[in-house]
Amino acid sequence: MLKDITIGQYIKGNSVLHRLDPRTKIFGMLAVMVALFLINKWTGLLYIGVVVFAILFASQVPLRFYLKGIKPLLFILIFTALIQIFLTPGNVLWQWKIFHITAEGIRLAVFMCTRLILLVMTTSVLTLTTTPIQLTDAVEALLSPFKRIGVPAHELAMMMTIALRFIPTLIDETDKIMKAQAARGASFDEGGLIQRAKALLPILVPLFLNAIKRADELAMAMEARCYHGGEGRTRLNELAYKAADYRALVVVAIIVVIAFATRWVAF
Amino acid sequence: MIDVNNVVHIYNADSDSEILALDHVNLHIEQGEHIAILGRNGCGKSTLAKHLNGLLLPTEGRVSVDDFDTLDADHSLDILQRVGMVFQNPDNQLVATTVLEEIAFGPENLGLPREKILERVDEALKMVQMEDFRNAMPHHLSGGQKQRIAIAGIIAMRPETIVFDEPTAMLDPDGREEVVSTMLRLNKEEGLTIVNITHFMEEAVLADRVVVMDDGKIVMEGTPREIFTHVDELRALHLDVPAVTEIAVQLHEEFPFIPRDVLTIEEMVKVLCP
Repeated sequence: MLKDITIGQYIKGNSVLHRLDPRTKIFGMLAVMVALFLINKWTGLLYIGVVVFAILFASQVPLRFYLKGIKPLLFILIFTALIQIFLTPGNVLWQWKIFHITAEGIRLAVFMCTRLILLVMTTSVLTLTTTPIQLTDAVEALLSPFKRIGVPAHELAMMMTIALRFIPTLIDETDKIMKAQAARGASFDEGGLIQRAKALLPILVPLFLNAIKRADELAMAMEARCYHGGEGRTRLNELAYKAADYRALVVVAIIVVIAFATRWVAF
Repeated sequence: MIDVNNVVHIYNADSDSEILALDHVNLHIEQGEHIAILGRNGCGKSTLAKHLNGLLLPTEGRVSVDDFDTLDADHSLDILQRVGMVFQNPDNQLVATTVLEEIAFGPENLGLPREKILERVDEALKMVQMEDFRNAMPHHLSGGQKQRIAIAGIIAMRPETIVFDEPTAMLDPDGREEVVSTMLRLNKEEGLTIVNITHFMEEAVLADRVVVMDDGKIVMEGTPREIFTHVDELRALHLDVPAVTEIAVQLHEEFPFIPRDVLTIEEMVKVLCP
């Protein structure tokens, strides 16, 4: 039912990647993304492909979860490929009326699509092996150096935590309101687009009103429990880099350096 | 120890929609006492509760908790730590996504080190008898369990007093029983002061002292036995009397050997079948 919805995409596991500090995983993800855009030769593309799949394998998350992440991208992939193939000028291989395919076009299409697929897979590694709470902690930790210039790191993280906490509650409530409206004869899946949008209004209004009321009560309850912002507050789960994190960061650095080096290979 | 001294509270003061919520209220709460506050909706009992820990500040008069005045902003955290509060809606007072982090929230705000926090979480879970739910997610728990987690979150801050603001109003009978027995145990075994704001006479009967409010004033005060024999006065305030007490009062007219102040079914059984 609605209640059993999973928050985020986290897949339980105990692989090396699951155990890494979420900050390490964020840095690693960014570094692999940089590497993806550094390569410009076929050797480099093969190399980075092998690296990404090695990481996927190390996460011990079944491959189908990664493929699921690519599915919504299918349209963009095909669109990108077609544009690249038909609109890149250069060595014409085939021509029909105004359409022509060039060697450069094919090359670019393959590069762009592979990059996109690998990019999505890399970000999936982060979201599939890290709980939303760990992600929030990482966001707070990574943003805290910018507190000095006015970035509300703690507040942002607290907002994310509360949002995560209330997603199931609000889903439950939506379910209840819909049933209550349906019991009074409302139907949500009839008529045209506009009619359906109108039918949603009686759900959204009570949902928002209740959410605001909840926010008010929650603020009161938090204050009653001595919440006074991030100042002077300790954390139960303080993030700490372990030996494995330093090793992982070294590996990531090597990956980027090699990716950079492949720019000078012949082919 | 909490001292409410001649407190007046006006909502929307200095505007056209002024509402006098508390009208010169005096209340003294001793350490270890169990007090029930009764009254119909809008009588000011929730407003009074929020004065006990400084969430609301008096318009006139003063409230002091262990010699700290709630008007003194420097000590607001000391007061909030001493006087914990459990609210009516269990969903709207839980902050975190796991029970462990939920209970840790208060101690985290107090700035305690990690080991101390874990120690207090385990201690609090034990006191509400929910040790097995340490890693559960709050939205998978029942209403009564959620409310017990909320209580544990307060206990972990080591308060002297817990104010319950209609904690059982949204619970089923089982959940209510869970919360009430937890409340009683904390009072008897841990010596915590309990202030229970409630609609349920069955809960009020369990208190050491009952305070009845109406229209922002305290209108009756005494032991449950003293209060509940005043059936007509309570009726006039739109409050119920426990059904057993009502029957006892009626029976007393015909059979004087039945006392008027029978509060529970067990007592009634003892009277009728000695």
